[in-house]
Amino acid sequence: MTRMNLICAAALAALAAPLVAAEHRVDAGEGAQERLQEALILAEPGDEIVLGAGRFALTDGLSLAVDGVTVRGAGPQLTVLDFTAQQGSGEGLLVTSDNVTLRDFALENPKGDGIKSKGADMIVYHRIRVTWTGGPKAENGAYGIYPVESTGVLVSHSEVSGASDAGIYVGQSRLITVRNSVATDNVAGIEIENSRDAVVTQNYVTRNTGGILVFDLPDLPVMGGGNVLVTNNLVAGNNTPNFAPPGNIVAGVPRGTGIMVMANENVWIEGNVVQDNPTAPFMVIAYTQKFEDARYNPFPREVVIADNVTDLGATDPDLPGGAMLLAAFGGTLPPILWDGLQQDPDTPALRAAGDVPGWSLNLTRQGQSLGEAQPGPLAVPTFGQPWDMAGIGAPAELEARIR
Amino acid sequence: MRQGAVLGIALAALLASMATARSPAPVNDAAVQEGMPRTLSEYGFFADLRAQTATYGVEEYSLNTPLWSDGAEKLRFVYVPKGTQLAAGGDGLLQFPVGSAIIKTFAFGEGPDRRLIETRVLLHRADGWLALPYRWNAGQTDAALALAGGRVDLTTPAGEAISYRIPNKNQCKDCHSKDGVVIPLGPKARNLSRDWLEGMVAAGRLDAVPSGADSLPRWTGRSSAAEIAPYARAYLDVNCAHCHQPGGGASNSGLDLRWEQHEPVALGVMKRPVAAGRGAGGHLFDILPGKPDQSILVYRMESKEPGVVMPEIGTSTIDRDGTAVVRQWIAEMEAQ
Repeated sequence: MTRMNLICAAALAALAAPLVAAEHRVDAGEGAQERLQEALILAEPGDEIVLGAGRFALTDGLSLAVDGVTVRGAGPQLTVLDFTAQQGSGEGLLVTSDNVTLRDFALENPKGDGIKSKGADMIVYHRIRVTWTGGPKAENGAYGIYPVESTGVLVSHSEVSGASDAGIYVGQSRLITVRNSVATDNVAGIEIENSRDAVVTQNYVTRNTGGILVFDLPDLPVMGGGNVLVTNNLVAGNNTPNFAPPGNIVAGVPRGTGIMVMANENVWIEGNVVQDNPTAPFMVIAYTQKFEDARYNPFPREVVIADNVTDLGATDPDLPGGAMLLAAFGGTLPPILWDGLQQDPDTPALRAAGDVPGWSLNLTRQGQSLGEAQPGPLAVPTFGQPWDMAGIGAPAELEARIR
Repeated sequence: MRQGAVLGIALAALLASMATARSPAPVNDAAVQEGMPRTLSEYGFFADLRAQTATYGVEEYSLNTPLWSDGAEKLRFVYVPKGTQLAAGGDGLLQFPVGSAIIKTFAFGEGPDRRLIETRVLLHRADGWLALPYRWNAGQTDAALALAGGRVDLTTPAGEAISYRIPNKNQCKDCHSKDGVVIPLGPKARNLSRDWLEGMVAAGRLDAVPSGADSLPRWTGRSSAAEIAPYARAYLDVNCAHCHQPGGGASNSGLDLRWEQHEPVALGVMKRPVAAGRGAGGHLFDILPGKPDQSILVYRMESKEPGVVMPEIGTSTIDRDGTAVVRQWIAEMEAQ
């Protein structure tokens, strides 16, 4: 190699160096709590923390606050962070720094949330598994994968089961993709809340109380959820009795809900397979509670239920007067359920494919009791061209990180 | 022996005697400003480390309403380098010059049985504040840097045997941060006594008594208080608001428990939980006026269960006095 080539090579190496500045290996076994936490603290931006295969017995929550760190395990079945004996902290792992990549490991039985990333922009969850091993129980933690107040979130090839609130929950965030993931045996499988520009695609969502939820709630720092695509998911057999502790908003989700939208704008639902969700394959409603927040719009606006594959509809609704409703509709409730509420006639709550039947509760004001429902057939406009979807979903840079 | 050598020995002896007479030794400013010292003694904050006797330039202080830490006795100190001073910065924090430190030692047991458990230091460096935890050794001769934190079995003053948690370096940041930047929590002007502040001004260590100083009530006065609300609000401000405020660790909850917040729903009144999970305990509102037993705030303060208990870190036991005050405050609210 000539001297010039050497200099070039050195320069290239210097350019490439920040990608993995150093690798820190941590194995399971004695002192794993301290060794792993120290590695998370002492890592420098660009470093990679490599977790060996095995079961890490942990007694306290872990936290990462260094930008640009990758935490990589040997695989979601092989590297297990076991929080069964956890004594403190509100989550298994807390991430508060930007540009973090979490991949190829599992958390089991965290006492609160699984992995929470707060104000952690440009984060990747890839091949992460969070499991409450006892199945659905009210004592399980709330959220499995829980990014909040972040811009740039990619959740891919991950799996959560047993969460007493939502398996994969993205809140108060922007530029989000949740994809190729599995959510089973949670109250809510996947929930996008008070967030914008989100794509939920190619997920398998089964045995939850409700499959995929898109919500906007009042009294939060970040509000105004919208621009959400829910496409090409398999949402089937979500019929687990609601096991959320009362008081949580998801405690009100009826058992047997497929895809549910509450108080959100521009939600496009297309290409999903929605089967065996016996309360409602699709549900679109206004926020039901009283609120005083002047910034809040409780109505759904421009929700589109385009072409999906669905069954005849609901056969065992978890709704007041369910048996009477079934009888009135001839034994099966049509696939789309709308509460009948919208902001104004110029801003339709819902548009749908003309050939998919639905029904409306025909409520007339926000917060009205279901007892005042006047059920009848659904009559909503059909949809037109999709809006411009460029710029929705996780930034390409996050996709590139897991290639 | 040559005369020069004799002189040299005499000089050395003189210097040695001066060194002992000149005690206490000054704080090691280099340790405050660089690196991660492995032991507490390296800083030289104390003339007598075991007795926690401050050296020159290190001032002890106390808070009107302190933060609950399992009943630990807490010894608090600030250090301001020679030639600099603290600045009054409104009713918020005192402004600390670079090179300052805040030191807090946690101890359990009384008199000769007092055991020092951990000392946390906050170091104000050119690039911001750094929080480090130090764990005391069994012989009580020094404390060693404990980046990953640790656990210590001990018995609290209330007689509870607990596994006391020393926070790791990141957990320090969980509470000591706003908008992603590490900040001090304790020495807010509103929670410092006017006497102490005036003393600091007289000593030239603070430029002026800040406005809004000394406005939080003294916690010790709560049992004879005519009105409970100021005590409850002070308690929530000191124990909860470092996370529950805009930019704080729990900002996503929308709950804002700062002293200066007056919007009822922001304080939790008739506010529904968002991400409380099973922490809601089956209740519908953070605070249901008149009904402490149906208020999530009280439910979480009275839990010891990880995932339910508030605060999430920093305590292993329930603060009975604190919850009693918050309970009474909610009970006295007019029902809605």
